[in-house]
Amino acid sequence: MGRYVIRRLLMMIPVFIGTTFLIYYMVYQLGGDPISAMFGDRGADPVFVAQKRAELHLDDSLIVQYWYYLKGLLQGDFGTTLNGIPVADELKRAFPISIRLALVAFAIEVVIGVTAGLIAGLKRGKFADSVVLVVTLVVISIPVFVLGYVLQYFMGLQWGWFPATATPGDPTWEDLILPGIVLGSLSLAFVARLTRTSIVENIRADYVRTATAKGLPRRRVVTVHLLRNSLIPVVTFLGADLGSLMAGAIVTEGIFNVDGVGRLIYLSVTRHESSTVVGAVAALVMIYLVMNLIVDLLYAVLDPRIRYA
Amino acid sequence: MTTNQLTKTDAKGTVPGAPLLEVDNLHVEFRTRDGVAKAINGVSYSVAAGETLAVLGESGSGKSVTAQTIMGILDMPPGVITKGEIRFQGRDMLKMSGEERRKIRGNKIAMIFQDALSALNPVYSVGFQLGEMFRVHKGMSRKDAKAKAIELMDLVKIPAAKQRVSDYPHQFSGGMRQRIMIAMAMALDPELIIADEPTTALDVTVQAQVMDLLADLQRERNMGLILITHDLGVVADVADKIAVMYAGRIVEEASVHDLYQRPAHPYTEGLLASIPRLDLKGQDLYAIKGLPPNLMRIPTGCAFNPRCPYAQDVCRTDVPPLHEVAPGRGSACHFAKEVLDGNRG
Repeated sequence: MGRYVIRRLLMMIPVFIGTTFLIYYMVYQLGGDPISAMFGDRGADPVFVAQKRAELHLDDSLIVQYWYYLKGLLQGDFGTTLNGIPVADELKRAFPISIRLALVAFAIEVVIGVTAGLIAGLKRGKFADSVVLVVTLVVISIPVFVLGYVLQYFMGLQWGWFPATATPGDPTWEDLILPGIVLGSLSLAFVARLTRTSIVENIRADYVRTATAKGLPRRRVVTVHLLRNSLIPVVTFLGADLGSLMAGAIVTEGIFNVDGVGRLIYLSVTRHESSTVVGAVAALVMIYLVMNLIVDLLYAVLDPRIRYA
Repeated sequence: MTTNQLTKTDAKGTVPGAPLLEVDNLHVEFRTRDGVAKAINGVSYSVAAGETLAVLGESGSGKSVTAQTIMGILDMPPGVITKGEIRFQGRDMLKMSGEERRKIRGNKIAMIFQDALSALNPVYSVGFQLGEMFRVHKGMSRKDAKAKAIELMDLVKIPAAKQRVSDYPHQFSGGMRQRIMIAMAMALDPELIIADEPTTALDVTVQAQVMDLLADLQRERNMGLILITHDLGVVADVADKIAVMYAGRIVEEASVHDLYQRPAHPYTEGLLASIPRLDLKGQDLYAIKGLPPNLMRIPTGCAFNPRCPYAQDVCRTDVPPLHEVAPGRGSACHFAKEVLDGNRG
């Protein structure tokens, strides 16, 4: 087990270098001059521009630029934005917000998704099952931005159930409910369907019949024996999903004005802030890798037949 | 004062003097989209304490469905019990509430399944699964239940029970797993055990050990045992009486000795003839011609008539009732006498 974890952690190094380089390269290829972007239409003092370019290694080749960047990164220096704000500060501000949003979305998708899937699976072919199947299909088919604006309009503005937009800078938990629903909706639909399929598959399993034959109450048969086994594939999905929930909130954060990582990346791309983009993405990649490792380890805990060596 | 003598019960709610279990004219069918499959068509048998009844029959004969109906673990729907009674200690279980039946399951009637690997939950340790019996039925603490689980594993002769109690089912061999199934069934000292092909999934060398263990425990504890099998060899060693099933009916009922001596139903005769025999090495094995009937279209008259060498016109029109053909043995055949005498009509 320990060796397995170490091997997995070592494997993160090439993945980390590869992804950061790729992002760095892509932002580089976006073209445009960050210095002139800084000054807009006003034009700039050529001496200052030259000094700034040297400071940011902008005249060096891509590889050299990346090397400087990576060196800084390994020393914990994410670089600075063109305005002179440390990228690390930007990330420190944005990440907690995105993590909070991801947790809200995650909680919603787990609780509602698993419950809906369980009910649908137990009542296969009945009315409740059809409702879950149709609703999840609709959710899967609707693009996030449509769902986002529709829910914002009705639940936020018309009915006033939840705040329609988040408080700028520091959104409260309440602010995050509506964006959380939108962000989690797609995964919720998948979780519900995955749980349902898994329940349907396992409900006829021999060990469930054994549990009944042991005289266990129905509730215990379903929760301790049936649900526990059925959740193994669902947990795998959820783990991978938690990583992408943190990264994939660009649209949702935009609609609800949440100042998280998604918005930070979006704004940085439009401003050619390569160091911010790469820093944010690198952090996301790390989160994603760690989440995946945790899921794989959790998998072995959930299913004792799996052992890592 | 109770006015009805027949249902007078003692303090434990049981009718004194009644056999342990009586299945009385049970009918079960499966209603599916494709039609109605009549799985059990009037099965009656009884088991007394300390007695072993072997239920013999090929797949689809209804032997497992009967067992599942007794246990109350039949999938309903599609299964429907259309008629009959199942009296346990004199009380009809089919009239009990779900909660009453649950308290009997595992506690008074326990079941041993065929394939222990799939019948045990793969994600819980065997100690947990054994202990669950005590925790749920007796309200024991986790710790006490674990101690009980170790005791049970010792009882079924699993070596190093203390060390192995936390192991998972996949870490045991097939024979050891089946011992754990037996331990689970024995946990609460039930009155009746239903063993559904308990040795079918095992190596031949292990089969005998597991069967002996089961038979020993049954004798020690004076339990009733319903042994469902299609293995005539297993039956001969342990059973007191045999019920042979075909197409959801009992076609012959006899003591083991009588049945092996001389069958009273053509189907049993065919079964016995199809046992491979060393002294007939090199010759073709006997096989009953034809296939078991489709339960959605059971032949009119005797269900066995299309495959029966004795069949006459009456077999195609009239269902032969199970009737006594000799003291203590019954046969559902119009020509039981001829079969008994060995005169193929």
